[in-house]
Amino acid sequence: MMLRSVFAAAAGLLMSAAAVAETFTFTAIPDADESRLNARFGKVADYLSEQLGVDVKYIPVKSYPAAITAFRNDQVQLAWFGGLSGVQARALVEGSEAIAQGYEDQFFKTYIIANTSTEIDASDELPEDIKGKTFTFGSKGSTSGRLMPEFFIREAFNASPDELFSRVGFSGDHSRTIAQVQSGVYQVGAVNYSVWDTEVEEGKIDTDKVKVIWTTPTYPDYQWTIRGDVDARYGEGFKEKVRTALLDMKDEDLLASFPRKSFVPASNDDYAPIERTGKAIGLLD
Amino acid sequence: MGGKSVSLAKGEKSKAEKPKGKKSTGARFRDLSLWFVLVAIVSLFFADIFLYQPDPWEEFTRIGWGMVTPFWPDANELLMSALHTVSFALLGVAVSAALGVLLAIWFHWRVVRVFSAVIRSVHEIFWGLLFMQVFGLSALTGLLAIIIPFAGIFAKVFSDIFHQQSSATVDTLAGSSRLSRFFYGWIPQAWPAMGSYIRYRFECALRSSAILGFIGLPTLGFHLETAFRQGDYSEAAAVFWVFLLLIGSVRLWFYKKLLPAYLLGAVFLLPETPPVNASFVWQFFTQDLWPNPLLNGDLPGAMSWYGNVLADEVGPALIQTIAITQAALVLSGVMALAWYPFASRWLVGRYYWVGRFKLLVLRSVPELMLAYLFMLLFGPSALPAIFALALHNGGLIAFLLANHSQDASSQQRLDSPSGLARYFYQDLPQRYPAFLALLFYRWEVIMRESAMMGVLGIATLGFYVDSAFEEIRFDKAFFLILVAAALNVIVDSLSRRLRRAAGLKTPRM
Repeated sequence: MMLRSVFAAAAGLLMSAAAVAETFTFTAIPDADESRLNARFGKVADYLSEQLGVDVKYIPVKSYPAAITAFRNDQVQLAWFGGLSGVQARALVEGSEAIAQGYEDQFFKTYIIANTSTEIDASDELPEDIKGKTFTFGSKGSTSGRLMPEFFIREAFNASPDELFSRVGFSGDHSRTIAQVQSGVYQVGAVNYSVWDTEVEEGKIDTDKVKVIWTTPTYPDYQWTIRGDVDARYGEGFKEKVRTALLDMKDEDLLASFPRKSFVPASNDDYAPIERTGKAIGLLD
Repeated sequence: MGGKSVSLAKGEKSKAEKPKGKKSTGARFRDLSLWFVLVAIVSLFFADIFLYQPDPWEEFTRIGWGMVTPFWPDANELLMSALHTVSFALLGVAVSAALGVLLAIWFHWRVVRVFSAVIRSVHEIFWGLLFMQVFGLSALTGLLAIIIPFAGIFAKVFSDIFHQQSSATVDTLAGSSRLSRFFYGWIPQAWPAMGSYIRYRFECALRSSAILGFIGLPTLGFHLETAFRQGDYSEAAAVFWVFLLLIGSVRLWFYKKLLPAYLLGAVFLLPETPPVNASFVWQFFTQDLWPNPLLNGDLPGAMSWYGNVLADEVGPALIQTIAITQAALVLSGVMALAWYPFASRWLVGRYYWVGRFKLLVLRSVPELMLAYLFMLLFGPSALPAIFALALHNGGLIAFLLANHSQDASSQQRLDSPSGLARYFYQDLPQRYPAFLALLFYRWEVIMRESAMMGVLGIATLGFYVDSAFEEIRFDKAFFLILVAAALNVIVDSLSRRLRRAAGLKTPRM
């Protein structure tokens, strides 16, 4: 009895899934404020639906790997990826393309922050004093919280983080990196500059306890990546329509969800530096 | 001595459980306990323990303030994820209990025993991460992540329960098939014990279902993890209180007669499963899970690939995983013994509900969050993981012991001692065999969960599994999961042997 209803249900689920197959689906993980994703990105879906003339749906995901998986499995056809996750996703899905990036993502950067008890001063070079301290990255797959800071740290000291620091952690999130360095759980950390600037503005950070000690050079970060087969499935020129719709997104309410000032064109080649860096530190094969 | 408290199932006395040797039962329990304490102390020297002195009070104030000012802007959203949580748990338990019965019937076959041990040795989150690669964020992923390990657990416990039944009834069915002996003989006899275990397991399933939200399924854990990670403690508190209410009130809303209706409702509530791409599933199982050299038939290359993973990651991770487990196991035991009397009406009188509430909170807070709180306090090392595991599992064991203690209160006599004397000279000695048995049962669970603590950045097996998933290296993730599973199978069989040698029976949940 129980089993039968489960089977019936499973069949029902599969059928209802088939009916929604040709909806255009996207996902996005913003670099700050992941609350109420459905409500915020539901509005973006409505906007895209209006511009593209097809049903557009948003599905929330938890992490970059989950976003990559959804993209690879064709559960989503469009995704707002970080620099590194975009490179990983495009390597897995042939023909997929970066079509737009945030205005800010053309020259993104990472702050190295330290608890003031370490008495490390801000400087133009990565301070020597961070050696031997405890250090936290953000999420393991994050471009601004892991990949680029690790790259610049390796470049400056010619040593891996494990060799350089007394302990290396992964806080999983930029806000949490700030909270952990502020409370001294870790002494030094790497954080996405825009998350830091926003939280300082909102008064969430106690600048007596934690401060920026170094800023990395700039690099490309977040971008919209679309699957290569969308023209065949949603009609000729669909990819261009999506690109135009993204570049034309002017409503500040929508842009605030990402949060970005506007979107500008991008291409796969823009992310070659990220790919090289990923390979250099062994995160990409 | 002490057998009374655990032998509520009718019958008992299977050959293997007869105590051996000349030592008294008490001396054997004492020796066993001391050995474990010794191993735990030695483990502390191997565990990556370091005491930092962070300044956590600002963060704690914010967390505390959040806990008392719960807030969620969209009640509908919260209600839906609560319903999703219940739906996954209900369907997961229903299917896995049925599968567990089937496996338990053939549990005398080694292949079935090993199969059950292997499937329950992989943590729900790891199953979830694996299935997510194939089925996406779907109902199927969540259900399989619960059904598979739970079926293995049900198989083991049901088989233990069957063994405790009297064979008299079944002997009258001589000549009939194994299946009919079970369905007309063993199962009807064992049904009350099975029913109470299924109810207990349902609470576990609610927790598992919520935790699956951590990797993206639409259950309460989804919102809890995000809010907590981002420091929105009022929102985290709102989700947490809802979750606590859900678990604490199971008795009030769960009617056996309405079960078919609940199950049907659950089926409709679950999120949809998108169509599965068969060629992709095939590619995942035949290619993604295996290292390139192996696929190319380059055997020496494959050996060196596996060798590197073993040397660089598995070796160090195993030491951490085992050390954390042993320390957390003993600390769980200490906490359980210290806490359970406060939740037993028979021992502390009318304020027992305070103790019960505390245990409800302790076993409901996901270990990963407990670990985060301890990390604020002690800094990052294996220490927060040990405390988190001990608090959670200690709370759970204490809860079960308190139930045993209350049930046994009917046996009290006029000359029963009171106060501390009652605890030390009557109740504790009576509970001790059940306590040890429960702790042995939790052993493999703690091992599984300590592997999970890796996601905190403590270099256990789970840390490397998590990294491998982040780096989209499924071959490595899969191999590490297999290692974790093998470790669990070993611990499980060790625990079984020790339980038999000590003459411990299956604990009642």
